[in-house]
Amino acid sequence: MPWTREDLAKRAARELRDGYYVNLGIGIPTLVANYIPVGMDVVLQSENGMLGMGPFPYEGEEDADLINAGKQTITELATSSFFSSSDSFGMIRGGHIHLSVLGALEVAENGDLANWMVPGKMVKGMGGAMDLVAGVRRVVVVMEHNSKDGAAKFKPRCELPLTGANCVDMLITDLAVFERPDRKSKFRLLELAPGVTAEQVRAKTGAAFDG
Amino acid sequence: MQPDKAGKKVFADAKSALAGLTRDGMTVMSGGFGLCGIPENLILALRDSGARDLTVISNNAGVDGFGLGLLLATRQIRKMVSSYVGENREFERQYLAKELVLEFNPQGTLAERIRAGGAGIYGFYTRTGAGTVVAEGKEQREVNGEIFVLETGLTADLSIVKAWKGDTEGNLVYRKTARNFNPMMATAGHVTVAEVEELVEPGVLDPDQIHTPGIFVQRIIQGAHYEKRIEQRTVRKRA
Repeated sequence: MPWTREDLAKRAARELRDGYYVNLGIGIPTLVANYIPVGMDVVLQSENGMLGMGPFPYEGEEDADLINAGKQTITELATSSFFSSSDSFGMIRGGHIHLSVLGALEVAENGDLANWMVPGKMVKGMGGAMDLVAGVRRVVVVMEHNSKDGAAKFKPRCELPLTGANCVDMLITDLAVFERPDRKSKFRLLELAPGVTAEQVRAKTGAAFDG
Repeated sequence: MQPDKAGKKVFADAKSALAGLTRDGMTVMSGGFGLCGIPENLILALRDSGARDLTVISNNAGVDGFGLGLLLATRQIRKMVSSYVGENREFERQYLAKELVLEFNPQGTLAERIRAGGAGIYGFYTRTGAGTVVAEGKEQREVNGEIFVLETGLTADLSIVKAWKGDTEGNLVYRKTARNFNPMMATAGHVTVAEVEELVEPGVLDPDQIHTPGIFVQRIIQGAHYEKRIEQRTVRKRA
């Protein structure tokens, strides 16, 4: 049985470590915040200029000056700090953020990532995604294993325009988890969703991987 | 421009603050992230100035009918330099009809280009965008096996920024995530005009807590009728 969106977020949350500064992308990655283990100290960064993101506000307590990178109203914590966009991306580009969890359209077997544009469709922009994958120490991608028409999204090469070259360290899909120890190595099949076999995964994957 | 004398930076309203500063074909930086921390009053005044063929440098392009969406509705913008423009249908229409030129910059590259422009730095090499379309046509340099892309500093004829509080000297303090691109843009405008929610006398703001020193601000107004629209109102239930 393939993993659900919540399962994917839970699995990505297992990559968190005590003391980590973490940036979560929009969509499933945002749900990872719901599964931070109790007692673990993780600081969430929002690239519009905040460290220490709190939960959504109670109704009536929304503050137009306090939003996350998805433009949602949020709250601050006793430990929070605010800063400019250039300081924020200094943290990101400078390697001060330990982990980023992002969505994807395609991932290639060499670690290339495409998640920002489909030629011929209206392009909304890359936002901070290119900076995140270029600067954050460890990049975890969460995506559906196949597109709606069944095509493989983990492929030999990305066909869509790249967000970053050789930048993905771990790939979590609804069928399996792939990881590589460093950015010179191939991906290895690490885990399978319940009831899913390695043969099934191989049949639905374009990319070459070990294990 | 001619340096303003101390204490002569305060203007009565947005219209008078932009008087003599706007012209067709100029480049304008406009602060904010989404609709958070945008100079609402100065955007309206820029619209009413009638200046056309503008190049606008702003992380986003507002929404239909608010923020920079107002300048799109009147076709005053020729080119946008942004990182994300997903919230605006009129923008999409003009772009697909090729009425509007769009230059995408990665958000951090955009922020740093503005910071560099304001600090007199020609350019910088960054890993961001290496191996992507963003790097095409740009000088690249390999250092220790990694590719870095040359990105150049950005300046503007006019920067319009929004702060929470400011004094008559132009010292500014921002509030929470409404800071975003405003501090860098304040440094990168040939002329910078700031609007604030609360304009105070010298000495009221703590000098240790100033985010933008007054040297970067040539004109300042007390803003009026802040709408401070929220794009994604998200709340949780009380337990």
